[in-house]
Amino acid sequence: MSDTGPAKISVRGLRKSFGRKRVLDGVDIDCASGESLVIIGGSGTGKSVLIKCILGLLHPEAGSIRVDGLETAGLRRGERERLLQRFGMLFQGSALFDSLSVWENVAFGLVHGRGVEGLRAREVALAKLGAVGLGPEVSLLRPAELSGGMQKRVALARAIAAEPEIVFFDEPTTGLDPIMADVINDLIVKCVREVGTTAVSITHDMVSARKIADRIAMLHQGRIVWHGPTAEIDRSGNPYVDQFINGRAEGPIQMEIRAA
Amino acid sequence: MLRFLAAVGAVFLGFLAGTGRLVMFAGLTLATALTPPFYPRAILREMVNIGYFSLPVVGLTAIFTGMVLALQSYTGFSRFAAESAIATVVVLSVTRELGPVITGLMVAGRVGAAMAAEIGTMRVTDQIDALTTLSTDPLRYLVLPRLAAGLITLPILVLVADIIGVFGGYLVGVYRLGFNPEAYLNRTHQYLETIDVVSGLVKAAVFGFIIALMGCYHGYYSRGGAQGVGQATTYAVVSASVLILVFNYLITAAFFGR
Repeated sequence: MSDTGPAKISVRGLRKSFGRKRVLDGVDIDCASGESLVIIGGSGTGKSVLIKCILGLLHPEAGSIRVDGLETAGLRRGERERLLQRFGMLFQGSALFDSLSVWENVAFGLVHGRGVEGLRAREVALAKLGAVGLGPEVSLLRPAELSGGMQKRVALARAIAAEPEIVFFDEPTTGLDPIMADVINDLIVKCVREVGTTAVSITHDMVSARKIADRIAMLHQGRIVWHGPTAEIDRSGNPYVDQFINGRAEGPIQMEIRAA
Repeated sequence: MLRFLAAVGAVFLGFLAGTGRLVMFAGLTLATALTPPFYPRAILREMVNIGYFSLPVVGLTAIFTGMVLALQSYTGFSRFAAESAIATVVVLSVTRELGPVITGLMVAGRVGAAMAAEIGTMRVTDQIDALTTLSTDPLRYLVLPRLAAGLITLPILVLVADIIGVFGGYLVGVYRLGFNPEAYLNRTHQYLETIDVVSGLVKAAVFGFIIALMGCYHGYYSRGGAQGVGQATTYAVVSASVLILVFNYLITAAFFGR
């Protein structure tokens, strides 16, 4: 499904249910190396579930997930840990560790995942904090002492601290004011363009999607209903995409609204 | 009738599934102890949390338990002119039963609930998933240090509780009931055997493991935001308390049952 080169990540026929509710119903999607893929879709369409399945945080019922051609479904614990060293993840709610300072959060993956010595890890953490526009004075604060935008930037610094090959961004701009959202978008673009990272983002923020994506895919009712280059999204000819990107209540996507 | 049987069956199957999941959780966590990395600092931090910060509440409970035990024994034993056995009854009751059980229940309330709340909050805010994505096994990093700390710290805490409890009995015996201090102390260690203290410490180690396991387990599998975390703390305290009483009987039977 990728038109831009060999697939870094390849997902085929992915299915995942929670009880009787089928969230992913045969997802097929590829992401090429160095590409920024954005998956759009309404709330509750399974975007986060898709990312969690790829990371191994959730176990799909069926389907194949390959990273650089290696099948990742059914990996053992140790193999999974080694694979995850190639990934970074920015969580929707930042998911910073409350009990650790900002720099310890950023350095966590280096110290615990890669065995980097403390002082060296701190230097890297301060450099990454600088890269996301945060000075060393922030490094000793606790996450609870930061604003939402600053927490997001710290989470971004943590996600890229070990310079992973692949970074996932889960709703990177949700809950931020437009200016801070644009700052985060710029940082993601910088991360992808300058470092050559493969990025998979999920969002329903079209401003963000247009800015950070090389390619966009739309997830609806557990399937990818359209995918293509960002420049083509306005002439996709797909009624689901048209309704979504124009934010119309009328169309093939029916929101479940209960009458009062 | 069929519906009733189906409901009973569903509850029973749910119980079996829950027990299986708990055993798997404990087994997978203990398996992480066989290979590095280890987190000795995390174990020390948890030992301070469980041990040092529980000392006031355990000390207070122990001293009043010892005092009440001496007083109650006196009112009963005086009817049979057996007052001289009070010191022995106090020391055996405290070391074998009351020290470990009272300490276990107090720590379950204080520490088990806190563990469930902390790990539960980490679960619902994606911090546990974040640990995984940072190539860190949450069972190894979060759960194993707490289990180890519970296992090591509870016996120390119970030893302190034993001493304070016996001292409480001594205070009442000597200053309220008028026993001779020397005679009371003689009676205290005259019939005390090593097995009395050791059985209490073995109980304490098992209780410490149970408290940490139930706190971590219920926190780890909590879901549904603040309400889910609240529920996890309740389950952690209730299940740890019940298991403490059940294992107290089993260990007593193993040590002293004929």
